[in-house]
Amino acid sequence: MIVFEKPHALTDTVLHYCPGCTHGIVHRLVAEAIDELGIEGKTVGIAPVGCSVLAYNYFNCDMIEAAHGRAPAVATGVKRALPDNIVFAYQGDGDLASIGMCETVSTAARGENITVIFINNAIYGMTGGQMAPTSLIGQVTQTSPYGRDPKTQGYPIRVCELLATLDAPQYLERVTVNNVKNVRNAKRAIKKAFQNQIDGKGFSFIEVLSACPTNWGMTPQKALQWIDEAMIPQYPLGVFRDKEA
Amino acid sequence: MSETVLMKGNEAIAEAAILAGCRHYFGYPITPQTEVAAYMAKKMPKIGGTFLQAESEIAAINMVYGVASTGHPAMTSSSSPGISLKAEGISYLAGADLPALIINVQRGGPGLGGIQPSQSDYFLATRGPGHGDFHVLVFAPSSVQEMADLTGRALHLAWKYRMPAMLLADGTMGQMMEPVNLPEPSNAFGDDNPWAATGTEMKRPHNIITSLDLSPENLEKQNFERFERYKKIEESECLWEEYMMDDAEICIVACGITARVSRNAIVEARKQGIKVGMLRPITLWPFPKKALAAAADKVNAFLCVEMNMGQMKEDVELAIRCKKPVELCSRVGGMIPTPDEVLEHIRQIAEGGNKA
Repeated sequence: MIVFEKPHALTDTVLHYCPGCTHGIVHRLVAEAIDELGIEGKTVGIAPVGCSVLAYNYFNCDMIEAAHGRAPAVATGVKRALPDNIVFAYQGDGDLASIGMCETVSTAARGENITVIFINNAIYGMTGGQMAPTSLIGQVTQTSPYGRDPKTQGYPIRVCELLATLDAPQYLERVTVNNVKNVRNAKRAIKKAFQNQIDGKGFSFIEVLSACPTNWGMTPQKALQWIDEAMIPQYPLGVFRDKEA
Repeated sequence: MSETVLMKGNEAIAEAAILAGCRHYFGYPITPQTEVAAYMAKKMPKIGGTFLQAESEIAAINMVYGVASTGHPAMTSSSSPGISLKAEGISYLAGADLPALIINVQRGGPGLGGIQPSQSDYFLATRGPGHGDFHVLVFAPSSVQEMADLTGRALHLAWKYRMPAMLLADGTMGQMMEPVNLPEPSNAFGDDNPWAATGTEMKRPHNIITSLDLSPENLEKQNFERFERYKKIEESECLWEEYMMDDAEICIVACGITARVSRNAIVEARKQGIKVGMLRPITLWPFPKKALAAAADKVNAFLCVEMNMGQMKEDVELAIRCKKPVELCSRVGGMIPTPDEVLEHIRQIAEGGNKA
């Protein structure tokens, strides 16, 4: 009897992510949702620039690698050309909330019928740990070596709350994957974000508070705790928009 | 040819793209090309196509990238400052070997420059608009008819060679009205594009559209392969037109509106007994190097007439290996050379004072 196996929507390629990084968990949840909804054959995913740039090697569906921050624009093009296909963008915080904020907000404002998975780990991972738009006040990074100082480096951006000011989005939820309960909840949200697209309901956006032990300078276990202690107070979990509710 | 209509150059581009089978347009307003977007906004919804006013030039070119990834023809249009913004996306299109049509109705620069016509994006277009080693096909229309004809050709060749193509018009071409014979509707793009990201249908391995390759060996190989393709294009897709070149002693090289101004100057110069002709490049990349080299064996001097500071002149000098003097008649900033100015340059060359 098989009790646990790799989702079909994931390839056999070995992930390049660091130990304790939660990208792997979120990839799996996306793949499980794709499997359970039976949409792998008509799904097109868009990978960002950042740690998940190679996500196109990990998902079994057709994949497109976008320029930094442009995944929502690329996804818009794909969805306009293939309205019956399922299109998702998978992006990190630098990609989505800094260089690509214009594309993020505009795509949400148009209510494009796509699914966006937003990995918020409050740091630029791939380039080695620089300050992100979502880095916390006081957070030490390579480019905020004395801690993020709001006087010169501003305040972290709460993307779900920002997008919740728009009329168009169908569904906005912030989740995390730092324990089993939260992983199960994240799975529910991600699956719903895909189901919404299948049902033609419009823009669905899931923010996932994620761990980056390598660049946070923490053990994987401590990093998961830090999500509870530092990130959730700044980025409260919950549903920020659900037109169904 | 289906019908003859009186059209603005920008509208001819839009209609020709639709007739060639393009159903996805993404743009952002900028003078002097906004009529392309306005035409598409009216027409596309009625024929089941996409018109989307993007949030930026950057978003527009990336929407084109998205459509192109699915194996459908897509286009965007802009003018010079907007093309600078699209450069990133054009580089990614080239790196991912995707076809796309980019319209550049040029205005004076640099910076915000002005809104009057220019040809000062010659370098930007012909050297590869963006980072990395690549080319785009570049077409320089000289009439509203060519705006239509070359739009269709650019779309089809972009498709054939899986690379971006740019229609490099000057602002004059975009704004002027002329009779144009519109082509018959066609669609040479096909539905079977095995490389495209359309969903696997669980019937094939997944397709990946990317410009990233972290292995230098592989990335080098891709660059080599791309340039092999470029070599074939240089051999087979060069277009140019010769005017009164049979007995010419002076060869004018000009494209777009300056080629038309030069024609008037040539007619006048001929009346005065000066043997002058013109070689008009229609493709700027590939550049008609061989035709120019052949002309260099016959004529005494070249005269480039350009609305920039002599950008094409460098290509002419390279093409003819500096065998003959190449003079320049140029106006910039939105100014257009007059036939008299061109004639004066011709006369100075004819009189042997190569000080034009």
